[in-house]
Amino acid sequence: MRLFAALREVKGVDTIDVELPLGTTVDGLWNQMLAEDERLERYSGAVSFAVNHDFVEKEALLEPDDEVAFLPPVSGG
Amino acid sequence: MYEIVQDILDVRTLAQQVATEADGAIATFSGIVRGTNKGKKVLFLEYEAYSEMAIKMMARIGAEVKETWGLESLRMQHRVGRLNVGETSVVIVVTSPHREDAFAACQYAINRLKRIVPIWKKEVFEDGEVWVEGPVETAEVP
Repeated sequence: MRLFAALREVKGVDTIDVELPLGTTVDGLWNQMLAEDERLERYSGAVSFAVNHDFVEKEALLEPDDEVAFLPPVSGG
Repeated sequence: MYEIVQDILDVRTLAQQVATEADGAIATFSGIVRGTNKGKKVLFLEYEAYSEMAIKMMARIGAEVKETWGLESLRMQHRVGRLNVGETSVVIVVTSPHREDAFAACQYAINRLKRIVPIWKKEVFEDGEVWVEGPVETAEVP
């Protein structure tokens, strides 16, 4: 799992390895993160989800060795 | 073609590399660090990228430009790290036989970059700092 910008600073790390049951969705993983850390609550509804460097819907199923990222609203340029 | 870099960006060098004999126009865009935001003096910016995905999304924008205008000349470079006021954060170059397509494709590319390329900036002020957040995508996956 990769974290960037504000989310990276909140968690204090940029990469987290997680073990999940089969059938976990990206949204499920995000909700698990929320349950563990209420500071993430303010990003709920604003984050986009990416798996293996492509945007995905929140219902996307995670597979072993997937790289999942929670992206705050982008602000490049 | 698509790069995330730590170094100083130079749009003129990039433009010269891209133009061919078939081209009659080069459109370039340079984004630079503004010294104030909402009335507050900005000391400097910190840019951060999800580099692997950023390059993939830039390539997607290149494919969209090819699809819409038939142009394969799009180049995009974004700098990361600490940038001072006035420094260039992003450069975009697109060439075409005629100016209309080059202008349109260049504007399209920067607008898309600001929506789908995973790069973030933190503004650092005298009395604090804030991660800038772009508009939230409420529709489908961008």
